[in-house]
Amino acid sequence: MAQTQRSIEVGPVTKTDKMIIKCEGINKWYGDMHVLKDVNLSINKGEVLVILGPSGSGKSTFIRTINGLEPIQQGHIEIDGVSLTHDLKDIEAIRKETGMVFQQFNLFPHMTILKNIMLGPIWVKKKPKAEAEKLARELLDRVGIPEQADKYPGQLSGGQQQRVAIARALAMQPEIMLFDEPTSALDPEMIKEVLDVMKELARSGMTMLCVTHEMGFAREVADRIVLFDGGEIVETGTPEQLFDHPQHERTKLFLSQIL
Amino acid sequence: MSVDLKIIEAKQIAPPKTSTNAWEWAKKNLFNSWLNTILTFIASAVLFQIIYAVFGWVLTEAQWDVITENYKLFMVGQYPVAQLWRMWAALTTLTLMFGLSAGRFKGTMLRLSGILLIVYLIHLGAPFTSGSTKIWLATQISILALGYLIGHYFVRAKRFTLIGWALSIPLILFFIQGFGILPAIRTNVWNGLMLTLLIAVFAILVSFPIGILLALGRTSHLPVIKYFCIAYIELIRGIPLITIFFMAQVLLPLFLPTGLTIDNVIRVMLGATLFTSAYMAENVRGGLQSIPNGQYEAAKAIGLNPVQTTFFIILPQALRAIIPTIVGQSIAMFKDTSLVAIVGLVDLLGIAQSVKSNPEFLGRHMEVYVFVAFVYWVIAYSMSYSSRRIEKSLGIGER
Repeated sequence: MAQTQRSIEVGPVTKTDKMIIKCEGINKWYGDMHVLKDVNLSINKGEVLVILGPSGSGKSTFIRTINGLEPIQQGHIEIDGVSLTHDLKDIEAIRKETGMVFQQFNLFPHMTILKNIMLGPIWVKKKPKAEAEKLARELLDRVGIPEQADKYPGQLSGGQQQRVAIARALAMQPEIMLFDEPTSALDPEMIKEVLDVMKELARSGMTMLCVTHEMGFAREVADRIVLFDGGEIVETGTPEQLFDHPQHERTKLFLSQIL
Repeated sequence: MSVDLKIIEAKQIAPPKTSTNAWEWAKKNLFNSWLNTILTFIASAVLFQIIYAVFGWVLTEAQWDVITENYKLFMVGQYPVAQLWRMWAALTTLTLMFGLSAGRFKGTMLRLSGILLIVYLIHLGAPFTSGSTKIWLATQISILALGYLIGHYFVRAKRFTLIGWALSIPLILFFIQGFGILPAIRTNVWNGLMLTLLIAVFAILVSFPIGILLALGRTSHLPVIKYFCIAYIELIRGIPLITIFFMAQVLLPLFLPTGLTIDNVIRVMLGATLFTSAYMAENVRGGLQSIPNGQYEAAKAIGLNPVQTTFFIILPQALRAIIPTIVGQSIAMFKDTSLVAIVGLVDLLGIAQSVKSNPEFLGRHMEVYVFVAFVYWVIAYSMSYSSRRIEKSLGIGER
């Protein structure tokens, strides 16, 4: 249903007109190294944005600035009306709005799957335990592994762990989901099960930012694709524009290397 | 495709048998070359000689009456006989908690209670224990069994047992010290194994939370806290324990305002605690550093605040990783309590010194030291054994 709403206009694709992420003039340095160069990007509610780029292009760094995991030295980030500042209160407010999925899953190895998912709702959202458990079981159902609830992360396959990580992020009922190369650490036969969950999520109308190398996923699901290189945005467009009619030389080079 | 798989599965064969009988094992490991055969014979001869000498001495030559006659001294020193029931009451409290925990938690606690039971049974059966002692020992055994049954059948909540442990500590101290309700027992008659255990348990229990705080402080971003913790840890680690004991005995009274005195034993306990805390802190810091950055990031991304992150995510994993070092540190502290004999306290080793210089038992120092070493070993080994058990049980489902 959500897919039918997706338009294919040029420029910022609008699913709804409500802007939910606004990044203006982001600059970041690691020591003397300029890793993000004047990045401007805004994302509307319900939009699925895929960020492509060669390794070291700053795409992972960029997505991690959005929930304050990486501090920026210049620029302005606004999530759903809240400015990301150094104030811990703002950062925590933004982290409640955004869920994040990491390349290395980063599940908590000393807790069962259920406890991993329940931790945030209980301690951050102050939900009653029974309600948090009900939510956690529903989410495990949604990502297709309800039977793993009482196991520990170490007993699950990589694909299953990543699906738990997605469920854990969803348990906070975020407005935005950030995916930082969610399939890059997976064995090939497990990539599909994670991508399927992400596709389902995109169809449900979730605002998503995905850093990924999965071109098939990008073409099928993305509303808009952004190509990063050398710490700056090289090109933006719909999948059709970017894959079939790339404008920029660097985009052409990147695509020729990867496709 | 599936048919092919079945064929492959069917082709599986059992692994070759590796079990061997004693003779084959010996041939493979002891007599596999001329050199090894010679070494085997030499080693056996030396081993036999040592075992023969040790057991010969223990069973025939040694006169163990120096131990049995002074048994009370070794255990509780000069604690007044009329008040001995209080020591037994303290021990009973401990026994009950061991029994309860064994019944509730099984595993490691069950095995530790087993060791306790064996110790009680040996003393019960020993010819040198008096009638009243035997009655108390029988009480301990029944309390242990009772505790086990209660823990097994009635105590559902883990919390109940943990609260019990927390309450048992002041209760035990109440029995030993009196707190003004029972007649006060001056600390200079707190001797023997009891004193050793009191100092060690106090130092280990109290230094653990202090060590965690120091380690967290050392990783803090606030410079005042950070540098205070670094200074404390590095200062204490640079001073030998014996020096700290001397300072606690000699220097501390000079700094305290006149009229205020801190008891001798308390001073030593504090000294031992301050010392162990610094080492605990470094152990915990090692654990903290072993936690990958992704764990912090995942906790942040969920929205946990720094305190929640530390207590739910980081510390549980860090402490798990350093159980062997914590137990190692505890064993070291337990054995280091023997240094208090030098500053005038009469712990287990202090009692040994005074017993061997008793004219009645002249020349029996071998027996005395072997006995003392054996007591230290039993306790230290129980600690390291339970550490290995805990590691194993925590290893399941981890990573």
